Amino acid sequence: MYVAVKGGETAIAEAHRLLADRRRGPRDLPALSLAQIAGQLSLAVDRVMAEASLYDPILAALAVKQARGDMIEAIFLLRAYRTTLPRLAISQPLETAAMQIERRVSATYKDLPGGQLLGPTFDYTHRLLDPDLAGEEAEPETPARRAVSGEKVMRVSDILDGEGLVEGDGSFGPDHVAGDITREPLDFPMPRDTRLQVLARGDEGFLLALAYSTQRGYGRTHPFVGEIRIGLADVEIELPELGFSVPLGRIRITECQMVNQFKGSAKEPPQFTRGYGLVFGQSERKAMAMSLVDRALRADEFGEDIVAPAQDQEFVLSHADNVQATGFVEHLKLPHYVDFQAELDLVRRMRAEYEAKRAGQAGDEDAITSEAAQ
Amino acid sequence: MTAEQPLLKVSNLSRFYGGRIGCLDVSFDLWPGEVLAIVGESGSGKTTLLNCVSSRLQAQAGRVEYRMRDGRLRALSDMGEAERRFLMRTDWGFVHQNPADGLRMTVSAGANVGERLMAVGARHYGHIRETAVDWLQRVEINTDRVDDPPRAFSGGMRQRLQIARNLVTAPRLVFMDEPTGGLDVSVQARLLDLLRGLVSDLGLAVILVTHDLAVARLLSHRMMVMKDGRVIEAGLTDRVLDDPREPYTQLLVSSILQV
Amino acid sequence: MSAIEGIARTNFAYLDEQTKRMIRRAILKAIAIPGYQVPFASREMPMPYGWGTGGVQVTAAIIGPEDRLKVIDQGADDTTNAVSIRAFFEKVANVAVTTHTRDATIIQTRHRIPEAPLSEGQVLVYQVPIPEPLRFLEPRETETRMMHALEEYGLMHVKLYEDIARNGHIATTYAYPVQVAGRYVMDPSPIPKFDNPKMDRSPALQLFGAGREKRIYAVPPFTEVKSLDFEDHPFTIQRFDKPCALCGSTHSYLDEVVLDDRGGRMFVCSDTDFCEERREAGHVGPLGVPA
Repeated sequence: MYVAVKGGETAIAEAHRLLADRRRGPRDLPALSLAQIAGQLSLAVDRVMAEASLYDPILAALAVKQARGDMIEAIFLLRAYRTTLPRLAISQPLETAAMQIERRVSATYKDLPGGQLLGPTFDYTHRLLDPDLAGEEAEPETPARRAVSGEKVMRVSDILDGEGLVEGDGSFGPDHVAGDITREPLDFPMPRDTRLQVLARGDEGFLLALAYSTQRGYGRTHPFVGEIRIGLADVEIELPELGFSVPLGRIRITECQMVNQFKGSAKEPPQFTRGYGLVFGQSERKAMAMSLVDRALRADEFGEDIVAPAQDQEFVLSHADNVQATGFVEHLKLPHYVDFQAELDLVRRMRAEYEAKRAGQAGDEDAITSEAAQ
Repeated sequence: MTAEQPLLKVSNLSRFYGGRIGCLDVSFDLWPGEVLAIVGESGSGKTTLLNCVSSRLQAQAGRVEYRMRDGRLRALSDMGEAERRFLMRTDWGFVHQNPADGLRMTVSAGANVGERLMAVGARHYGHIRETAVDWLQRVEINTDRVDDPPRAFSGGMRQRLQIARNLVTAPRLVFMDEPTGGLDVSVQARLLDLLRGLVSDLGLAVILVTHDLAVARLLSHRMMVMKDGRVIEAGLTDRVLDDPREPYTQLLVSSILQV
Repeated sequence: MSAIEGIARTNFAYLDEQTKRMIRRAILKAIAIPGYQVPFASREMPMPYGWGTGGVQVTAAIIGPEDRLKVIDQGADDTTNAVSIRAFFEKVANVAVTTHTRDATIIQTRHRIPEAPLSEGQVLVYQVPIPEPLRFLEPRETETRMMHALEEYGLMHVKLYEDIARNGHIATTYAYPVQVAGRYVMDPSPIPKFDNPKMDRSPALQLFGAGREKRIYAVPPFTEVKSLDFEDHPFTIQRFDKPCALCGSTHSYLDEVVLDDRGGRMFVCSDTDFCEERREAGHVGPLGVPA
């Protein structure tokens, strides 16, 4: 006798137990502490914070640990937590000119006020696996430090702006309230503020591939890295009762300003245009990709033909979110047997009709041959 | 509605692209059953004018009025988007130079012809199909091609299919943008012949854009010559072609009509 | 680590009250315009997109302590995702749950409508993956919105026409498009077309939530829901040659179960509650045993 599969509840509970076991790994090894993860896998933590849109290294470290190092799962965990938080205030725009810079490079000028600063970059490391890291590590040397000057470091866009050769920052009307894509549904066509929000939390790999495609001719934008800067920026909020801004704390961010050639249009003179990228933590790759895609998405604004995927708002912005993407791709493993049954029935019926038709045709041919034979 | 009343009234229509003129201050009337050719070189503004009149493009100044089936003359700008679209898919047709712009290349010929019927509420598969087959015959497409997609058709067949797709709802006004452009000469001749027959059988009013004066001669009753966005000469087709008044028109006629 | 101590606390039914009010407003609008997709600010839920986040948010916005919730997936109460969603509401809303269609005040479903007729006062909440019935004909949101606004549904019938021209019949078996109250064309979510007739003039309120796509739509009670068709090719539903092997039902949707590797098959009700009730009432199918 057939008995329908039962016991989903028990199965789920057992699966969770097994998952917890595998997450912990061999018991004879010490468990990772959140401080270790936040301190030593900090770029993983940064990516989780950036794509979850929540700046909290310890919670991000917890997410990485709980997700067994699966980045998208960790992002998902942190986002699900973020949803439950109230939105208390909107900060003032970050003053990135005043940030405490740890790294700053420009590809457009050999030297510039504030100087070029390599900072903690992989760029010139030779990618050779280092056996010294395999065991008990020796204490690394103490890096050189410079005194914090506290002076603003002018942005490359300000230098070009002095000559009037780059478009301005642009502004919304005085009544414009910055959108919030986590509180309002997307509505196409999207203005640039919400587009940038989507890109800032968009999947690093997806943006990287799109940015790469623009360099290979799918929506070319003639980019130069005006500037990349990484460092600590103050977050301030304005308190209406006080009438001035008060600092809340500092966060590490990566900013990229891409400068793009532009021949001018009916409305605009020839000048450089810009693509913008800003990401929580240290993630140059993401900030650069974001700035390339931001510029590509402005095709319409500059009267450029929209011919490539990276220029297509609906395509880029509807598919950039990795938590959405992974959910929908992976939902295919949920049972679909009701729909499949319906399709199975249809294919069987159509196959029967097809066979019947073929048999009929074969019959006709036989008839013709037999006629001919007669 | 009587033949004394124009079907379409265009007054002082202008359209600019930035500082450049697309078409400037164009006015004309079109009568039921009349074929009006707009001729000129490429860049003369004839396609801009066609698009503005057919409200595929927004004019910046001027008016287009159309006599509805109830006899009332209505300004297109006073209609809502829904009403305008309804008009465009029932009482009007638009034949593009490139059939791919006017057809669904991946659905069957039958569905291409039937779409406008279904859009206005036809819900009987058999009748829709019969009508589609009938129209394929009228545009000289073998009816056993009814289930083939236009992708499998030759250029001339695609253009005839596009015409059938437009005429199935018995429109009173059809816009045509270089309908024979891009076809080789023998195919052109056959298509022109077909078009002439359909236009006179159905009493269609047509606004035809062409750079080919021979096409204008064969199809149109009246013509307008455009240069730099302006209409520089208008009149009965035979008169304009046999006795052009403007020097530019004389040049056009002498350079093209050598046959 | 004060941040970590704050984590566990969540509101009744997970969502904060402000969010619930926002969702309720979207639901009210959806009820006021039957079949129209209302955009809403879908929240990130603690379960993956595509796994019922839309349905869960709708349920969370309407559920109260007095409600009795039933959750089904593929018609069954014991499929893992149904179990998981039910457990979620037990945990965050401490709500009473049931597997009996008749006893439930809210039924959240994926891919089926229960066989037992629904009654006034019940709410059926559908989980919807792609709310836009025109999506696979026209991928652009800006275009499809215009098509709905202007009621330009010719393209939908072009697709059905092509089916008949090619196959002799309409070849859509699930997510079969419907027109609601003579106006909006709507995707009924991927239910088999077998279930479509149950939507028509149902006494229950039907709510549809698409979390990833951020849309809510509704069919109010006793509203006409018509499956698109042609006069000479009317809409028909699937019929099964065999009765349910367990309860002998001949008028329910059946799952095919593969019994062995020699082509052995049996068919059983996809609605597990319906099947059990029938067996309890003494109905026995060819392979069943009396309850």
